[in-house]
Amino acid sequence: MHLVLFFIFGVLCVAGALNLLLQRHPINSALSLIVVMTSLAVLYLLLGAEFLAAAQVIVYSGAIMVLFTFVIMLLNAGEEERTHGSKAAYMVGIPGAAAVLGILAYVFLKQRGNLGVATLGSYLVTTHDLSRLLFRDLLLPFEVTSVLILVAILGAVALARKEH
Amino acid sequence: MEVSIWIFLLLSVLKVAVVTVILLTAVAYTVLLERKVVGRIQNRWGPSRVGPFGLLQPLADGLKLFLKEDLMPTNVYRPLYILAPLIALTCALISISVVPFGKEIYYKGVDLFQIADLNIGLLVILGITSIGVYGIALSGWSSNNKYSLLGALRASAQLISYELALGLSLVGVVLRAGSLRLRDIVDVQATHGLLSWNVFGGLQFVAFFIYLMAAYAETNRAPFDLPEAESELTAGYHTEYSSMKFAMFFMAEYANMITVSCVATLLFLGGWSSPFGNLLPAWGGPIVQALLPVFWFVAKVFFFLFLYIWVRGTLPRFRYDQLMGFGWKFLLPVAIANIIATSLWLAFRAG
Repeated sequence: MHLVLFFIFGVLCVAGALNLLLQRHPINSALSLIVVMTSLAVLYLLLGAEFLAAAQVIVYSGAIMVLFTFVIMLLNAGEEERTHGSKAAYMVGIPGAAAVLGILAYVFLKQRGNLGVATLGSYLVTTHDLSRLLFRDLLLPFEVTSVLILVAILGAVALARKEH
Repeated sequence: MEVSIWIFLLLSVLKVAVVTVILLTAVAYTVLLERKVVGRIQNRWGPSRVGPFGLLQPLADGLKLFLKEDLMPTNVYRPLYILAPLIALTCALISISVVPFGKEIYYKGVDLFQIADLNIGLLVILGITSIGVYGIALSGWSSNNKYSLLGALRASAQLISYELALGLSLVGVVLRAGSLRLRDIVDVQATHGLLSWNVFGGLQFVAFFIYLMAAYAETNRAPFDLPEAESELTAGYHTEYSSMKFAMFFMAEYANMITVSCVATLLFLGGWSSPFGNLLPAWGGPIVQALLPVFWFVAKVFFFLFLYIWVRGTLPRFRYDQLMGFGWKFLLPVAIANIIATSLWLAFRAG
């Protein structure tokens, strides 16, 4: 059961990601990104991270992507023009991407023993466990991250403000 | 007890079917109720011709919407134009699946009064609501109509802004229950009847009013119905829709109203628990005892629906800048203050 769901949503996730790259209209790409994020949420759920899955849907699929579509709608962005791109990008880019993927896959497979294994549907991270981890054991990094986000907000406001 | 997968599947499908039928009927009759009550508020009768007291009016309306011509404007972006009402209606219908309607009673290992009992039920409802925004946003954009687009832009901005206040207003309740599971949240309130409901004994009345106002904005209802303000935007995001596609938006709006009322009931008015607590003697057989909580639940939901209609008949619409100012500068700070006060109180009580 878990394996079937994993394959369905894994395929959906990859298909959404490919569609995101291949679509020419920005709104279609944005919608594909929503599919990717929501499928990721299901994968989190399969690994037992229920709070993370819900947060993924609420924050990424719900809030951030709504802002994306909002901006696309507001700018009324049209279809992108397709260019052939530079030869060099094709020559270097595709083998380069393949090489990076290959190295990553090799390292992950090689270090499987050290990285640890997670089995689908075998354990559950409850909200209690997660909050204990975030607000007790990892309190300092958590608070520093929130300060970082605050700084980013202030930066955005400073940039967006008109000069007087 | 080991549950056979086939019995589980069969009973679950049955539950889904029953709940969907009841929900859609409730949607139809909420529309009638609204027309009747708003009629009486405006000193007229409301629908009274079809059937006794106009009770068959929803049937006639449904038939009319089915038989109308399904217009497809020429310059719409077709895939999204068709997808948008589907997203809106689906999201509106899904969220009812985590709502518990009555006590936990098992028949062959399947919970009778709830479709799915999730540990994170509350978050699931919030997540589905946040996905529902796409129905409105995409419909406005794909219609290729400036009124639709303006309505959709307003709706997206409004929903994102008020979702924050809505989510934060629920934190106090969650803190008190110590769980995101809806049944746990109700159980905390079920001990002493009316006195232990979150809105009274739980001292969450501030959160209750924030939730109510944010929920009215989330469902695009008066006085926050700016996305479909007919005096400014014709009909807002669904201007170009007709026939069943329009009906889907219409049903989605009322289904959302019902879901929001259910959530308000569960979180603040003690869900299915009786307002008299254990004062009433347990009369009747086990079937009456099983159905009585459902009666209380429906009565409370009905109260919220009536409140919705009452507010719509009473209050004028906000101006757009007032709407944003109210959400960000008033509701949000008050919700945060409520969280701090609730946590301090709980910490103080825990010692």
